[in-house]
Parts: sequence; C-alpha cells; structure tokens
Amino acid sequence: MNSIILRAGTRYLAGLLLVFSFYMMLRGHNEPGGGFIGGLTGATGFVLYAIACGTQDARAALRILPQTIAIWGLGIALAAGLFAAVFGDALFTGQWLFIGETETDKGLPLSSVLVFDIGVYLVVFGSILTLVFAMEEEI
Amino acid sequence: MAGGIPKDVRGNGAVGVVPILIAAALFAYFASMVPTIAAAEIIRVTIPWIPSLGIELAFLVDGLSLTFALLISGIGTLVLLYSNTYLAGHPQYARFALFLTAFMVSMLGLVLADDLILLFVFWELTTLTSYMLIGFSHESEKSRRNALQALFVTGAGGLAFLAGLILLAAVSRTTSISGLLTMGDELRAHAMYLPILILLLAGTFTKSAQVPFHFWLPNAMAAPTPVSAFLHSATMVKAGVYVMARMHPAMSGTDVWLWTLTIFGAVTAVFASLLALRQTDLKQALAYTTLMALGTLTLFLGQESGYAMTAFATFLIVHSLYKASLFLVVGCIDTATGTRETDRLAGLGRLMPITAVAAALAALSMAGFPPFLGFIGKELKYAGAIAVASEPLFVAGAALLSNALMLAVAGVVAFRPFWRGSVPSGQSPREAPWQMWAGPIILASLGALFGIYPDLLQVALINPTVISLTGEVGEAKELQLWAGFNIPLILSIATFVLGLVIYAGHVRLRALLERVFSAIPNLDRGWDRFLDGLKSVAKWQTLLVQNGKLSSYLFITFLTIAAGILLTLVYTGLPMIDVDLSDVEWKHTSIALLTIAGALLALVTNSRIAGIAALGVVGIGIALIFIVFSAPDVAITQLLVETLVVVLVAVVMLRLPSLPKAEFRLGHAILSVAVGASISLILIAVVSSPLDLRLSDYFEATSWPEAYGRNIVNVILVDFRALDTFGEIAVVVIAALSAYALLRTTRKGGRS
Repeated sequence: MNSIILRAGTRYLAGLLLVFSFYMMLRGHNEPGGGFIGGLTGATGFVLYAIACGTQDARAALRILPQTIAIWGLGIALAAGLFAAVFGDALFTGQWLFIGETETDKGLPLSSVLVFDIGVYLVVFGSILTLVFAMEEEI
Repeated sequence: MAGGIPKDVRGNGAVGVVPILIAAALFAYFASMVPTIAAAEIIRVTIPWIPSLGIELAFLVDGLSLTFALLISGIGTLVLLYSNTYLAGHPQYARFALFLTAFMVSMLGLVLADDLILLFVFWELTTLTSYMLIGFSHESEKSRRNALQALFVTGAGGLAFLAGLILLAAVSRTTSISGLLTMGDELRAHAMYLPILILLLAGTFTKSAQVPFHFWLPNAMAAPTPVSAFLHSATMVKAGVYVMARMHPAMSGTDVWLWTLTIFGAVTAVFASLLALRQTDLKQALAYTTLMALGTLTLFLGQESGYAMTAFATFLIVHSLYKASLFLVVGCIDTATGTRETDRLAGLGRLMPITAVAAALAALSMAGFPPFLGFIGKELKYAGAIAVASEPLFVAGAALLSNALMLAVAGVVAFRPFWRGSVPSGQSPREAPWQMWAGPIILASLGALFGIYPDLLQVALINPTVISLTGEVGEAKELQLWAGFNIPLILSIATFVLGLVIYAGHVRLRALLERVFSAIPNLDRGWDRFLDGLKSVAKWQTLLVQNGKLSSYLFITFLTIAAGILLTLVYTGLPMIDVDLSDVEWKHTSIALLTIAGALLALVTNSRIAGIAALGVVGIGIALIFIVFSAPDVAITQLLVETLVVVLVAVVMLRLPSLPKAEFRLGHAILSVAVGASISLILIAVVSSPLDLRLSDYFEATSWPEAYGRNIVNVILVDFRALDTFGEIAVVVIAALSAYALLRTTRKGGRS
C-alpha cells in the first residue's frame, strides 16, 4: 500500500504500540493485560508497519527472524517453569522475591511468573509475525 | 542366494557376532534356572510399572515358560550364527540382526510375562518385528504384500485378543496371570466366559495360523530362510499356542473349550498335512507341516488328561528341534544349488554329507522313527488321543492321518533331494560352512539324544511344564522308547505303513490334491480383492468428505458440530426456554442487533472484503458483550485477535477469485442458523442449571494471598494453570511454524 500519510503515521504508531504492549504485559498481573494481550498488541504494531512499508522493511526493523523470537519465547517460558526445581517445588510453581519489603509495603516484586509471561509474550508476538510476514510475502 | 557364499566374506563383523553372544548369554541364563524349575519351584520377578492401574512388570518362570524360553534363546543363538554366514556381507545385515534380536527379546518377554497387559505389549511387539522380518527383502513386491498380510491378519487377531484380555482383567479384577490361574472355577462359571474365550481364541488362532486363518503363514515364507526357521516354525507362531497353554488351567475343561480346540486343531492338522504334500517348494512344504504341528498342539490343549498334556509338552520340543533344523537345511540346499524345487534337487548326499546327516536325523525324528524323540512324541500323541474325553476315534484318526502324511513329507524334504538320482547338470553344490551346518546338526542330534535318554528331558522340562498346564504335580506321564506292545505301538506301525505308501505314490497324489484344492475357496485368493475393495471405499469416502474445497470442509465441520449438539439436546431433553428479559437494557439490544446485522451481511454479500468486514463486526459485537459483562481481558484479546484475523484474511482473500454473482446461499444460511441455534440452546441449558462456583471461589480467594495478583484471569494463565498455558503456547509455535513451512513449500514448488 503506497500512502505517505499511512507510512508517516505508522512510524510513530508502531513505536507507540510496542511501548504500550510492554505496558500491557507488565500490568497484567493486577490489571487487565498480560503476556498474551501484550504479544498481540506488539504484533499489531509490526503488522501495521508491514502493511504500510512492506514486509522487507518490517523484517529489517525487527532484525531477528520472528520464528526465532517465538522459539526463544517458548524456551524462556520453559526455563521459568523449570526454575521452581531449584527450590525443590513442583514444575511451574511461581517463585517470588520482594525487594525492599517492609511491614506495610510489599516492595518491588520480582517473580518467575513474570518471566513466564514474557515468554508467552514472545511466543504470541513471534508466531503471529511469522504467519503474517509469510502470507504477505506470498502475495 | 544363488551362486553360494563367497569364500572371502565370512560374517558381518561385530554386528554379526554381538547378537549371537547376547542370545547365547540369554540361553545360558535360562539354562541355569533348570535345576530350580525341575524341583517344581517357580521364580517370580516383579517391578512396579503403572501402580495406579495395578499393572506390573511381572515375570514368571515356571516349567511352561522356561521350556519356551530355552527353545527361543537356544534356537535363536543357532539361527543368528547361521544368519551371520547365510547373509554374510548383506548391506542391511545390521538391520536384520536388530530385528531378529528384537524379535527374540519380545518373544522371551511374551512367554515370561506374568501380567496381561505386559503379555499384550510383547504380543504386539512380536507381530511388529515379524512384519519387519517377513518384509526384509523390501525391494520385492511379493515380500511386502505378504508381510502386510501377516501384519493385518495377526494384528486384527491382536485387537480381539486385547479386548479379550481387558474383559478377562475386568472379570477377575486383576491383571496378574498367576493370580488369574487360581480363579479357574470362578471364570468358567462367569457369564462373560464365552465372550472372553472367543476373543482370546480369535487372537491365538490367527497368531498360530489355524484354519481358516492359516493362509498368511505359508506366504510369510517370503522372509529369509533363517527367519522362517526361527519365527514361523519354532517361536512366533507358537505364541498363540503358548497363550492357550498358559490359560489352560484357568479356562479349559468346558465343552466349548474342548470342542473348539479339538475341531480347529484336528482340521488344521489334517488339512495342512495334505497341503504340505502338494507343495514342490521345500520351504512351502515345511511351512505347511508347521501348520500341522500347530494344529496338533491346539488339539492336545483342548484336552485335560495327563497323557494329552505330556504329549503337548513333548511334541512342542520335538517339533521345534526338527523343524528349525530342517528349515536351516533347506537354507543350505538353497544356497548350494540356487533352488528349492523338489524336481530339480537330487543326489546332494555325497556332496553335502554333513547337511545330509542333519537332514536325515531331523527327518527321522519328524517321521517318528525310533529311537528319536519324535517316536516318543508320536507314541504319546496316540496315548493322548486315546485318552481324550471328546471323541477318541476322531482325534486318533486325525493324528494317524497327519502323522502318516508327515512321514511322507519328511521323505520328500529330507530324503529325496539327498539320496535319489544324481546332481542335475548346471549345479555345482558344495558343503555349507560350519556356521551353517552347526545349527541343524545340533538341533537334530538333540532329537536323537533325548530320544535315547528321555529321562533328561522328563525331569528338566516335561514334568514342570505339565505342572504348569494342569496346575497339579504328578500328572505327567513317563517318556519311554519301549512302552510295551499296546495300542499306540500298533498305531505307530500303521503310521509307518500308511506313510510309506503315501510317500511311494506322492507324485501322483500331488496332482490329485492340486485339483481338489484349487476347487476349495481360499482366503488368500480373495485377499488382494479384499484389500483393493477397502482402498476404493477409502478413496470414495475421502473424496466425499475431503474434496479440496475449504468451504466444504468448513461446511462439514460445522454441520457435525450442529448435529452433535442438537442430537444430544434432543436425546437428553430440550432445555426449557425460560429467560427473564426484564433486565435487558438498550445497550444489550443494540449490541445484539449489531452482531446479527454483521452475520446477515456476511451471508448475503458477494464481495469477499465486505464479508470479512462483516465478520469483523460480529467479532466486535462479541467483544462488546465481554466488556458489558466486565471481562476486560477477554474483550481486549477478542478485539486484538479480531483485528489481526481481518488483516490476515484480507491478505489471503486478495488472491482468491471473486464470488459467484448475486446468489443467496440457502444451504449456508440454514447451517448458520442451525449452528447459532444449537450453541444458543446449549448455552441456555448450561445457564439454567446451577453453576458450580467452587473453582471460581477458590481462585478468587487465593489469587491475591497466594499468587500476589489481582487479575484473576492472568494469574490463572501464568501461575495456577501455567503448565496448560505452556502447552498452549507450544501449540501456537508449532502451528505458526507449520503454516510457515506450508506457505514456503508452495512458493518454492512453483504452485501459485
């Protein structure tokens, strides 16, 4: 599609969507969002980019093959699940660390659950882009 | 194997030697158990396997299983030694050795298993490895066909067998075989006894090639000769016999058991002996005599008496020894002369003296001459036949006729090629190397040794085996060469006379048999037509359901969904449509109208793009419903997925031809309404029954305190049910990669 307006707009929109997708993923544990939604949002950004500027540009902007991203996501999710074994817990038991915990405040929570969600994000993101790019190039 | 074995190739290196050593070690191991078993003891080994189902890796060594184990590992050792030379330098020998060793181990597992499920696993393994071995010469179409035939026939029997085993386990509430054997009276009186028996016998009769399922066994001779010697004479085909023998204490003694086994066994024995005489190919002739032996063994298992059981145990050993030996001899003849046709074999005795001696020893045992074990076996057969409960005259007559025919066949196979006439011109046979005559000589000599000293066998194997068969000590009859002047001896003399007469006239008899048997219907002839019919039916129904048009696939899928739901609802009673519409607000109504409008547009439009957009409207309508009923996570996902789907489908649609002009798709409309109605009905049915909120309550209560998250949906996804999510994302990756591969393949393939 050859439209200067769409191309110019996409530059910003795609970036915004990516940032927003991270935000959606990170807030997912307490508010609507999560890895799945985040991955979908991020993918939408690149799909838009591919429509406006072509898949070649979109691939160049992504730098990494989308299928590689998906596989890495699966690996990260698995690693997050296996991590529980270090503490002798069952597979995929969430592990939590609260930095700066006080009586009233839980501090900054870090968890293997978040790592797992990042894995989900990458899987969804990579899989969709794998499909969309391949389909667009097929045309 | 024409042309003989090249002098410089003497084996296959380690690949050839290691399997021989494994088999020999197994034989030595089992041999070391003989003293224990001879003292009427039993060895059990149990390892837990699937404790939740009560299934164990349980192994049992008693007389019966030890006899089989010794035959399998002993003959296995000799056959592997033989194969290493017979197939010396074969490019796929490693594969052959692997299959043969795997078969041997499966067979050992089968006879040692003390658990019904374990027994079945090994049973199927023998079927599979046998398939590989029959089809070993996979370049030959005949070989492939026959391998597949054996697989289908024994595999179909195996399914019936599995059903029988499951029923048996359900009735007896145990999968342990030794546990089962103590419940004989209970089993025989049970209402399910007959179905169990029929299913089990369907398995054992196909595996042990009883008439009318016999046709696959002679065809299985497409395998290399050592395989025929091992699988289709000494071991695999006896698996069915083994199972019948194993179940004997628990299931025998009823009229059904008695008559079924007697009739099938007797018919198989006589029928197969006649067919054996008809053959001109040595290996085929031996194949049919194997059928005769299997029939005889089945016949005796039908009975109860100590004589019949002793006859069974003895004949089992006799047959394995002489039959494996003769098969290996045929392999030697084949290698030396390049043919197995009786008409083209003569005068080999002087050129292949050792093979000739082995053949003679084995054949004398087969024909039942004294002082060979075969003679004792035959005497016991007659004694057993006279002692049968069912119909002594019938059984003894069948035994007499089949034995006489056996004698004639022994003459045809092992006497004529060696001691009659002179070597035809064009053949230059020479003696086989020692690795190839060692097996036949050892096996045939054992037949003579046990004949002269039957006590050796009596104490070590026969008595314990009879204990396994009857469940009682002291039932076994004595094996002796001279039992006095009695009816069995008279019958033996009659056998010799009749057998020699048949042998003298066998060439003329063969022509007669040829004519008779070509008139009898034979399942083998119908086999190919049956398979072709099956294939054309499959092709027809595949084209009907999968015609390559996406729209018809979807049509069928949704039709199935709608039919499944509607039929279930009609069967269980339609839900009462009693919906309270008082709290419906204008926003609910408008969302519903929007969705319906989208669906209608999709149905009537002729533009693909408009259709996609219309579907997008439906999707957004659904997302709005989620928002209204406060499920933001689901709504966001729905919206995003809907957006992406529209983009993806639009990309694809651009390439498709445009839809036919203005045409209301009535079929599609009806289907859509049917699917919509069935889903709505089932939802109403679900909602009208009280909801089980235990899970929701649990997640609501524990989400924050235990998983530190307030978004329950996400906490379920990444914490409570993280394993499920992991499975799902793995599916997502696989789906994406598969689609990617598919798209790329079509592009490179040049198809557009």
